[in-house]
Amino acid sequence: MPLPKLMKGAAPAGTDLGGQEVLHPVDAATEAGLTVVDWIDERTQLTPGVRWLMFRKVPKGINWAYTLGSATLFAFLNQAVTGVFLAMYYRPDVNGGAYESIRNINDNVFLGQFVHGMHKWGASVMIILIFLHMGRVFFFGAYKYPRELTWIIGVVLLILTMAMGFTGYLLPFDQRSYWATIVGVNINNTGPFIGPYLGDFLRAGPEFGATTLSRFYAIHMLLIPGLMAALIGFHLYLVTKLGISAPPWLKAKEPESVVEVVEV
Amino acid sequence: MPGAFEGETVSRRRFMTGVAHSAGGIAAAAFTLPALGFALGPIFQREPFDWQILGKPDDFTELVYETKVLTIVEGIGEAGKSIAYVRKRDPAIDTEPLFSKNGYVLNNYVALSSRCMHLGCPVRYVEAAERFICPCHGGVYNFRGEVAGGPPVRPLDRFYTLEANGYVYIGPRYSVNSELDRFSPRDPGEPLDGIGQYLYPSRFDTSVLPPTNNLPLPPQVPGT
Repeated sequence: MPLPKLMKGAAPAGTDLGGQEVLHPVDAATEAGLTVVDWIDERTQLTPGVRWLMFRKVPKGINWAYTLGSATLFAFLNQAVTGVFLAMYYRPDVNGGAYESIRNINDNVFLGQFVHGMHKWGASVMIILIFLHMGRVFFFGAYKYPRELTWIIGVVLLILTMAMGFTGYLLPFDQRSYWATIVGVNINNTGPFIGPYLGDFLRAGPEFGATTLSRFYAIHMLLIPGLMAALIGFHLYLVTKLGISAPPWLKAKEPESVVEVVEV
Repeated sequence: MPGAFEGETVSRRRFMTGVAHSAGGIAAAAFTLPALGFALGPIFQREPFDWQILGKPDDFTELVYETKVLTIVEGIGEAGKSIAYVRKRDPAIDTEPLFSKNGYVLNNYVALSSRCMHLGCPVRYVEAAERFICPCHGGVYNFRGEVAGGPPVRPLDRFYTLEANGYVYIGPRYSVNSELDRFSPRDPGEPLDGIGQYLYPSRFDTSVLPPTNNLPLPPQVPGT
């Protein structure tokens, strides 16, 4: 027969009426969270990987300049997130629709001008950060063995970021972006032998045409970002695998066993 | 062959690996090659271009350039329009030869493209100076469209013109070198003198001179 229900406080704190311990709701919620994490971890074995990625040994004497890579990464993430949401409102219509959709984003959409501004100014911030990061790596000599491949991928990422800037500049489709693209494509054309065909590829024809804008849009939001995300992943893998280089002013200490002390 | 059965030239493991790799390669090529063709196709597709009516012969003189808007690409509004500066050919200064096709004498009107031959900004004609001036990087061209100063690498492009049905028609663009010899249309920034014509070959997709037997008729004037 079940026991009659007692008033609150009739049983000692932390136990139920049968004398069993019960968890405080906050503890129970924590426990539930841990259970979910454990459940996932048991099936994925991700913990060692996360520990390998996050809890690394770093050399003595590192400073704020070492955060420029992460800063560039966050600038990229900013561009990716704001770009995805801008794509919800943008229309790559060469017949005036593109300009109208940008005007709509700026004037009517809630927070539209802000998100557009984040994307536009974030692009410049990313270029600045990527160059500062590159300068740090160069002047600290961090590109040397065994980190040459990290450097090479970084340079490819720099070029892809520039290509993002070039293709993204056309999308607002105002006078400035139109003529800047005309000039930019013509600069590509001046490459000997393949230049003329490169220009035709970028424009999808001999003139700025009906599909040039959508071609730039596809390159800007699908082709290059996918490539960049993959290369950033590989870049980060190499950074983790090879470790961070010590600042150049830190002299490596010889172990005492190899130092010969000569009595004079 | 080590690992292979008696009488066989390849081990079965090796054969299976090869088959699996080939199947994967064929599957990847099945979507990569069409996609690549999709992206590269426009390079090889020639764009058609029809004669367009510019105006009546009386609209043009030898001394003054008329600014005319023509459609380079159909269906994309303002982005497909371009400007030609047109005047009547003046035999006293225009030494480049005329030529005829199907009984029409072509290029009796000089139609210069507004596209600057440095990097493609639009030049404007300054009447007082009788010069074409580019706003972007200071390219200057003389009355005949030859480079008078600044960074442009060759004279202004031209359009084919012909006179028929009492109207002046404008055709596709062509490029010229500093001798005003005709070349197939090149993009700005590509010199055509000396080695330039080999460094920047003609392309597969630029418009060719359209046939003259099918000129668009002038608009009907009501009441005639």
